[in-house]
Amino acid sequence: MTTDDLIARLTGELKPVSRLAVFWRVVIGLGISLVVSSALMYFWLGMRPDMMTAAGTMMFWTKFAYTLILAVAGTWAVKRIAYPLGSIRVSLAVMAATIVVMIVLAMAKLAMTPPDQHMAMMKGHTIAVCTRNIVMLSLPLLVGAFWVLRGLAPTRLTVAGAAAGLAAGAIGSLVYSFHCDESAMPFIAVWYTLGILIPGLIGAIAGRFVLRW
Amino acid sequence: MNPVETRLKELMLASLDGDARSYGILLNDLARHLRFYFLRRLSDAHKGDADDLVQETLMSLHTRRATYETDRPFTAWLHAIARYKLIDHFRRNRIRATVPLDDAEDLFAVDQSDAAADRMDVERLLQSVPEKSRDLIYRTKIEGQSIAEVAQSTGLSEASVKVGIHRGIKAIAAKLKGRADDDR
Repeated sequence: MTTDDLIARLTGELKPVSRLAVFWRVVIGLGISLVVSSALMYFWLGMRPDMMTAAGTMMFWTKFAYTLILAVAGTWAVKRIAYPLGSIRVSLAVMAATIVVMIVLAMAKLAMTPPDQHMAMMKGHTIAVCTRNIVMLSLPLLVGAFWVLRGLAPTRLTVAGAAAGLAAGAIGSLVYSFHCDESAMPFIAVWYTLGILIPGLIGAIAGRFVLRW
Repeated sequence: MNPVETRLKELMLASLDGDARSYGILLNDLARHLRFYFLRRLSDAHKGDADDLVQETLMSLHTRRATYETDRPFTAWLHAIARYKLIDHFRRNRIRATVPLDDAEDLFAVDQSDAAADRMDVERLLQSVPEKSRDLIYRTKIEGQSIAEVAQSTGLSEASVKVGIHRGIKAIAAKLKGRADDDR
């Protein structure tokens, strides 16, 4: 095909583009995969049985706020990196600051507790599955985030993949927090954070293959 | 602002609203810019890929045009896509880039409008010089002929050529000085 033919074809196909097209693609892609991830949590793991009483505790909301801030920052990162000149610096800074605050809170908590309980606080009773479950719940979201980016124009694929992975991990951990009944700050600071960073790493590695256009 | 940017951005904004005529003009224009851009960056063995790259870039522009943010420069956006396509091409073919990859300005090559404006200034100044001197200045200072050459072709002596040029330049200097005084 000659370039002139191509131009004629593209001109013929032209339709107006909404200024919100990118925004809607992010909302649809992550929205649908959020539903999938939530359904997976509900049928595979189940809601925590003490949900009603937990909703009255400070710890539930701390966990909720922690994962929600990271989820919003991650989603914003996916949107920003979808543009050819996009950068995720602001989102990364917000995420890093949030994680640092969480770690400081966890250390303060440890400092106020007798040392013989430290191990118990770190291990909780779900240490064996927590991080793995978050990674599992984030996989549908990672697929969703990749779908979002594949239709847009990220030019730095590793960074874009990392953004997709961090967003997926953060939203996955938010979903998981409705199942998990762990309430020790140090536990959250370590195992939730790890559950967010691992999908980030998976995304960064897969990005340059999956996101190519 | 850069006139190329202004023009292309207007065309792009109209295209995003669905104006096919503007879109056709835009794509034709970009095809030329892009071809030149890729040709300069491909080694001789790969010059034949330039047209493919142009088409791929135009296709990407089309399918991903929603990612153009209207409050940002259009040329920078397009350059980012062209550059991505070029790097992807290098990777796919395992070519080590030996030509430096560059800035957005390169895609829209050299803007000639400043040079054109300078030339107009010179022409206007020369109009204010007596015709005889004007011709001498034009030949020596703009066309770059030597005093001897001009003397020979006009039939004047070298000394009178020099005097003519000198008078003309003095007139121009006076004119410029006068204009500078007006500005004050």
